[in-house]
Amino acid sequence: MAESSQEMEAREKKELVSKEEKTVPARYFVPSTDIHETDDALIVVMEMPGVEKKDIAVDLENDVLRIDARIDTGKYQGLQPLYTEYNVGHFARSFTLSSKIDQQQISAELEDGVLTLTLKKTREAAPRRIEIG
Amino acid sequence: MPMFLSDALDALLQFQQALDTSRSSGWLGSSPSGSGSYPPLNVFRQGDDIVVIAEVPGVRKSDLQIEVKGRTIRIAGTKSVSYGEKSSVHRRERLAGRFDRALTLPLEIDAEKVKAECRDGILALHLPRAERDKPRAITLS
Repeated sequence: MAESSQEMEAREKKELVSKEEKTVPARYFVPSTDIHETDDALIVVMEMPGVEKKDIAVDLENDVLRIDARIDTGKYQGLQPLYTEYNVGHFARSFTLSSKIDQQQISAELEDGVLTLTLKKTREAAPRRIEIG
Repeated sequence: MPMFLSDALDALLQFQQALDTSRSSGWLGSSPSGSGSYPPLNVFRQGDDIVVIAEVPGVRKSDLQIEVKGRTIRIAGTKSVSYGEKSSVHRRERLAGRFDRALTLPLEIDAEKVKAECRDGILALHLPRAERDKPRAITLS
């Protein structure tokens, strides 16, 4: 799939089309996300370049994980677009989680525009290893 | 008052619309640079200078290589995405790999004064226009 020997291709940003409208009239985009699971946690990694930690809101309610991340357009003051290949905007995405997550133990890290959410599973949700007889 | 409020809320929308109109801009028309390769670039004008912005989330400064020669800028590097062996993947959307892209500008830049900054996954290159490229005003006698 994504091999390191291949040259990368640019991919268009996916725009968010959701049932619930946002109160801000601007366009929202869907951050590219990788989700993987270890024995004790669910790890959600999202790409949101240009976002600072203070502008990210993470909510977990009724097994739905919602992320809303805003960019600061102030940085683009005084810049006139000459040639553009991608658009810029806020990011939002939500996921319905299957495992039971311990809501008190969600940790988030933001580095180089990549948000890593570690959602620890509750003790009961840890998988039981099934022995193959 | 209401006018001012709607300005602040719409500022991003207006900016997004401006970016959209520049999508089909012929500014880089005759040069060999083309879109489609990573990273996607946005080129802005700031006064007399050019600012090139690219989104490179997850790329560390040490994995980036920027070179300037004449009117061409080269942005190269590696984006690596890796997770522990003991994890099972539910979803995989992030791309990883090598990238190497060159951009030829239609004006001369001062290579000595180029500044590059990479923060929060955004690479910004400030390219000041070369002195000799600036138009000189001719006084009429």
